[in-house]
Amino acid sequence: MIRLDRTQSRTGYCSSIQLNKNLPMSAVVALDRLLDSRHVWRGQAISSPSSTQSTGHTELDSALPGGGWPGSALSEILVATSGIGELRLLWPTLARLTSAGERVVLVGTPHIPCPQAWLAAGVDLRQLMIVRATGRDALWATEQCLRSGSCGAVVCWPMQADDRALRRLQVAAETGKTLAFAYRPLDEAVNASPAALRLTLDARELRILKCRGGLAPARPIATPALVAGGGH
Amino acid sequence: MLWACILFPQLAMDGVLRHRADADSPLALLAGPAQRRVLQAVNPAARAIGLRPGQSLIAAQALSQDFATADYNPVEIEHWQQLLAACAYGFSSQVSLHYPRCLLMEVHSCLSLFGPWPRFEARLREELSALGFRHRITVAPNPAAARILANVHNGLVITDADALRQALDRLPVQHLGFSREAATAFSRMGLRNLARILAQPRDSLSRRFPAEVLVQLDRLLGIRPLALDFHRPPDVFEQRIELNFDVKSHQALLFPLRRLTADLAAYLAGRDSGVQRFVLHLEHRAMADSQVQVGLLRAERDASMLFELTRDRLEQLQLPAPVLAVRLAARDLPRFAPERRQLFDERPQQSLPWEQLRERLRARLGDEAVHGLSACADHRPERAWSTQSSIPQPISPLRPGWLLAQPQPLREASLHILAGPERIESGWWDGDDVRRDYYVIQTRSGQRGWAFRELGSQGPLMLHGWFA
Repeated sequence: MIRLDRTQSRTGYCSSIQLNKNLPMSAVVALDRLLDSRHVWRGQAISSPSSTQSTGHTELDSALPGGGWPGSALSEILVATSGIGELRLLWPTLARLTSAGERVVLVGTPHIPCPQAWLAAGVDLRQLMIVRATGRDALWATEQCLRSGSCGAVVCWPMQADDRALRRLQVAAETGKTLAFAYRPLDEAVNASPAALRLTLDARELRILKCRGGLAPARPIATPALVAGGGH
Repeated sequence: MLWACILFPQLAMDGVLRHRADADSPLALLAGPAQRRVLQAVNPAARAIGLRPGQSLIAAQALSQDFATADYNPVEIEHWQQLLAACAYGFSSQVSLHYPRCLLMEVHSCLSLFGPWPRFEARLREELSALGFRHRITVAPNPAAARILANVHNGLVITDADALRQALDRLPVQHLGFSREAATAFSRMGLRNLARILAQPRDSLSRRFPAEVLVQLDRLLGIRPLALDFHRPPDVFEQRIELNFDVKSHQALLFPLRRLTADLAAYLAGRDSGVQRFVLHLEHRAMADSQVQVGLLRAERDASMLFELTRDRLEQLQLPAPVLAVRLAARDLPRFAPERRQLFDERPQQSLPWEQLRERLRARLGDEAVHGLSACADHRPERAWSTQSSIPQPISPLRPGWLLAQPQPLREASLHILAGPERIESGWWDGDDVRRDYYVIQTRSGQRGWAFRELGSQGPLMLHGWFA
């Protein structure tokens, strides 16, 4: 008998056995030979991304394949609306980076960041830089910041970002080995995206739509439990 | 002492060519009055089609029509000499423009800094070629001899008096720097090189020739010192490039701009200073200049960075009229403090440091586009933040992560008040009086907001922030 683990690959296909037609079904086939003759496609073991950065939320960390944000890649956070904990999701990461002396750049913020709240979340404001830009300029500025490699994380709020623009950001994040976050409206969930990680966040739950290096867990994470640590 | 002489055999031509993108097309420089224009200098391409210096323009045009012309401008030559002296000043503190079209610099004292002479010479040649000037370099124990050797040699290095005497002895009398009459007289007397001249008794030479001849002989042998006035760099940088035609697009301005910023960088490196603020003037016909102000947050002198920043600002400018000339003026030249870097950089791929990135963002997005964030000691939310960086403030009570720039009325019916009211009453002394009761509210869709009602008003709650 042939037993193969139904390992699931990162693209989600199951492993399949394609036997040579010439062989009778009853023939005993050595597994090694099958593998050597490349008639069997084996699902690869989960390859964890080279480096990940803890999100600061244990429940989210355990759900993500590498145990955190994918390092030097774009993570997309699709939010339904403002005021549902979208900043509390990111604050632990930004607080950890800024207190380690890394620079964090916010590009095209939708509102004014209130310094008292950011300080209360532990973000070192001396390491925080804000770039005022809209539209294409915002995308350009984000890409420049990512590509430079002089920032620990870049957070952007692109208004109209198409597939190409996001791919540029993803490549720039890889080039500069920088964490990139893009906040986008929830409607964009139906469109494909080159981001390494896609999350949707609404007032009740957080869902992982896509994560590179593993299958997206089907079970959502309750938002209030996740962001309760923020204290608000 | 060891003196290097850098001779620029085609200074005027090179000075014109470096402003032209097509350096390989035939070009002739014209001098003389308008009635009789004469070719003063030609480039190799022009020489190939038969043009020679000294020809009249009419004769040249009879030979060929397809060559470009430019004016031979002595003011320009003086300008290039100053630029080259400023460049050489980066290597040696004793640089002189005593002889025309030629730089004298003392090199013995800088060998310990720039390494042995072959390496130093390679670096000099590299910089001069990058600036676009052809050159010949010789080294001799005294400046007059170095100048004379440069007439016939390139790359010759002589360090002691005996070798110098041997090298000079063979030189023909026309190249020894005497006046034309003296040189002719020597050759008619059969004294065709320096060895023959020095073989003559000195008193007979002094009787037959003016005093300058003996002075020149003594200088060549290093017996009499040559009094040099040394170059001192100017305090401001100002350079102008006149364009050959009316330029209406930004693209055509980039080439002269690159030259200007490269020259500025060379000048700054020579002065060991940086530039923090400079102005690019675009001159128009019968109109005030368009100006491109470039302001940097810290002193810089990297040529490519200066060019890129200026280009970004130039591209935002609408040209009101064709541009005739470009001028770059830099007056604010503070000390340049090189950036400190970690010996073992944690991000080896870091291609662009933050300071340069910030300048690039500011150049395109505007001076105010990149800023920090800090808390201010004020209870009014509008005044509790600033873009200046300052010392961290003590943590104040509950505040939302996002603050709306303008409070908006909340029209939603089913609001749930989670906390409040928090009275904020302040500012009666500066005319921006605020008396509000703030509440933490939750909408039906689960958003948490921070809203207020003016004291005494019955209107809707005004949303002022989101607990994001």
